[in-house]
Amino acid sequence: MTAADPVIETRGLRVELGGNRILDGVDLVVHAGEWVTVIGPNGAGKSTFLGAVTGLVPAAGEAYLLGRDARRMRHRERARLVASVAQSPVVPPGVTVLDYVLLGRTAHIPRFGRESAADLDVVHDVLVRLELHPFTGRVLTTLSGGELQRVFLARALAQQARLLLLDEPTSALDIGHQQEVLDLVDALRRDHELTVLTTMHDLSITGAYADRVVLLAGGRVVADGTPREVITEAALATHYQARVRVIDTGDGPLVVPIRAR
Amino acid sequence: MVKPADRDTPAQHVRVPLRPARLRPVWLVVGLLAVVGSLVVGVSVGPVNLPPTGVARELVSLLPWVDLDSGLSERQQALLLELRLPRVVLGLLVGGLLALAGACYQGVFRNPLADPHLLGVAAGAGLGVTAVITLRRSGGGAATGALPFGTPLAAFVGAIAAVTMTYALASRGGDRAPSTLILSGVAVSAFLAAGQTFLMQRDADAIREVYSWLLGRLGTAGWRDVLLVLPYAIVTAAVVLLHRRDLDVLSVGDAEASALGLDPQRTRYLLTAAASLGTAAAVSVSGLIGFVGIIVPHTVRLLAGVGYRTILPVSALVGGAFLVLADLVARTAAAPAEVPIGVVTAFLGAPFFVLVLRTSTAARS
Repeated sequence: MTAADPVIETRGLRVELGGNRILDGVDLVVHAGEWVTVIGPNGAGKSTFLGAVTGLVPAAGEAYLLGRDARRMRHRERARLVASVAQSPVVPPGVTVLDYVLLGRTAHIPRFGRESAADLDVVHDVLVRLELHPFTGRVLTTLSGGELQRVFLARALAQQARLLLLDEPTSALDIGHQQEVLDLVDALRRDHELTVLTTMHDLSITGAYADRVVLLAGGRVVADGTPREVITEAALATHYQARVRVIDTGDGPLVVPIRAR
Repeated sequence: MVKPADRDTPAQHVRVPLRPARLRPVWLVVGLLAVVGSLVVGVSVGPVNLPPTGVARELVSLLPWVDLDSGLSERQQALLLELRLPRVVLGLLVGGLLALAGACYQGVFRNPLADPHLLGVAAGAGLGVTAVITLRRSGGGAATGALPFGTPLAAFVGAIAAVTMTYALASRGGDRAPSTLILSGVAVSAFLAAGQTFLMQRDADAIREVYSWLLGRLGTAGWRDVLLVLPYAIVTAAVVLLHRRDLDVLSVGDAEASALGLDPQRTRYLLTAAASLGTAAAVSVSGLIGFVGIIVPHTVRLLAGVGYRTILPVSALVGGAFLVLADLVARTAAAPAEVPIGVVTAFLGAPFFVLVLRTSTAARS
């Protein structure tokens, strides 16, 4: 791999699940430092795409992470390159914030070994950065939704991977917490030169944060560009069957549904 | 790459002490004390009580380079070393294996109700042992006496077949309720028990032998049984304990575990095989002793914490001590007769199981 290699490159990525074609030839190149958000109607294959990119969902076609075949990577290797937060992560009962975030170090801890002082240092920095340090001993199930989302993010950051995949990172949060989490991701991206690939339902939020938006429909990329280029009234009418007005606010497109009369 | 917090972040000087869930020495000591305590009590108490101090001295003198006069008579020494000690050591091994296997299955299947018996693994192992007993009889030769050294392997084949069937049955339909896995285990157990009965009925003389083994016993144990189970116990304990951290990683489910860098399928196969081998070895020498795999890990989890790095080793130690004490009850409760030890553990375990079932159901709703 070289520095010039794209972080993600897929060619003709196809996925079939239970006889249904979910992805039908997706080509995408994501470069280092970009924030790319995948949007699309329900069932468009957004989450499947995130899984297929990393080789965790079996797919035909080609998928490369930093120039290397994603499906030939060992689990540990991949986990050092890619960290992800699932749409609704499992909350194991009785586990504390610290132990949960330490799970993010799995790919760095030698097999049959245990976490080193260096691992604890990384986790410490992540916890402080995400202002979770007052919670280290708290059991996950006692946290609020916003706190929990930061804990999920902390575990992913503890992996020290260059690519961060977020599947609907804010769908369970109110607008204030959505903003808090996405601002945090944005700051971390700049500080640590992360590449962010995320799926999102809220198009206005998407427009405010993503450098680039990819619209997925029917298992294919139907639009790829800046938020202003992709999030248009025509595109949303065609692919979401949505009647909306898109207002350009200067900070990004604002999507307002038009009520049926 | 995550570096230390930015210079303008106010939190940069914060230093928080971090205490990850590791095995705390105090719990290891508690486990070891339970083992030693149950050992001394287990060998001292019986139809003829032995003086505990003499017993302790005699046990210490067994250690290499220690020469100590225990003050026990020759008869007492023989009773201790040839009858009671192998029985107690076997109890420690079998109890430790069953508790370790239970804790391991609970982690592998992410199911608090998983247990060697409830998953049908013990029934599979039982079928394997029954096959050995009846085949040996139909083959002529030495019809009774100690089981051949290969018995645990036959039990292992049955155990693996059983756990595979249970898991396959429960996985269909994608229902992840803990009780689904257990209901599948019940179905598989019933099926395998029927197979076992069928084998036994073909040879009336085998029935007695199978039954006396089946009900659970440590009673006829000699050092031979200890030697029979020991190699399997070592393999099981080594494999399971080496993967103790992986069980914590599996607690977030397969998809997330693989994103964290673990191969969940490979880990599951390996640990299931190891736990089933331990169960098979335990069943081969002691018959069906239920509920140890539920009672012990849950008690340890409650007292010492949820991490498998604590649960696994402490359960192995406490499980051994628990079974030795259960055997003590079995020997003394209806003296001079012996109650099958499986009856004692079931008396304790069944209510405990109901408790775990209720809390796990409440946690899901």
